[in-house]
Amino acid sequence: MIFYRYVAEIVFFLFIAAIFFGAVASLRARYLMNAVLGLALALAGVAGLFYHLGSPFLALMQLLIGIGAICVILAFGIMTAPRPEQEAEMLGAVKRNKPLAVVACLAVSIPLILTIVGTQWPPAAVRVGDFSVKHLGENLLHQFCLSFELISVVLLAAILGALAIARIGRGDWE
Amino acid sequence: MILPSEQLTTYLLVGLFMLVFGIYSMIRHRTFIGMLISSEFILNGAGLNFMAFNRFLATDPAVGQIFTLFIMGLAAAEAALIISLILMVYHKYQSIDPRDVRDLKG
Repeated sequence: MIFYRYVAEIVFFLFIAAIFFGAVASLRARYLMNAVLGLALALAGVAGLFYHLGSPFLALMQLLIGIGAICVILAFGIMTAPRPEQEAEMLGAVKRNKPLAVVACLAVSIPLILTIVGTQWPPAAVRVGDFSVKHLGENLLHQFCLSFELISVVLLAAILGALAIARIGRGDWE
Repeated sequence: MILPSEQLTTYLLVGLFMLVFGIYSMIRHRTFIGMLISSEFILNGAGLNFMAFNRFLATDPAVGQIFTLFIMGLAAAEAALIISLILMVYHKYQSIDPRDVRDLKG
């Protein structure tokens, strides 16, 4: 039993390493498509962490929506927007604004690290429900019904808006 | 012994890394699509935080999962919209560099 706990721990750190390497790969990528692959690796790592947090359903959703939808949208965008030679020229090893980026990161991370490490997090006194998909679905369609409908309206509006904007950009409707 | 995967702080630090990396990468990227990729990192860091608090501190474990699902849906909608905006900008300016898109002199 102890052995399996340690194996799970090793897998946990592999997921964190996937997030880290995906992030670094997406920043240092020479081509935008490689940056999207780095993002996909990091999203897979986040899906693994969701699994460790007790929710296989959300891990699956992360794979489906995060990698299956977002990365595919990004890949289509890259395939249609820039030409490869331009892309290589634009996204070379040199990036800009390094001092500004470092200052912004320090300004955000130092207070947050102090807060995370210095706070005592009291657990909930009472726990109701469980992590099952059944409980999640009941909550989604009863207590959070309005939010559920709202997100579907937002998705519909986003799809219609994206279609309209992309169409206007072609110049036919101008 | 409490392993790192059973501590809230580990997940919060990973979420913080994703937030900070997203900000860093958004400032340093030279294309709109690179900035969009960075925003995905920030949103996923937020989702990871919600799930961590949900697992360790929340009364009802369904709430955090539903919030994280909404964040994923919003991230997908945002990606679709921004990609179409980038396509429009590219057709108009023949570039996806933010510095070329400055008709308003902002």
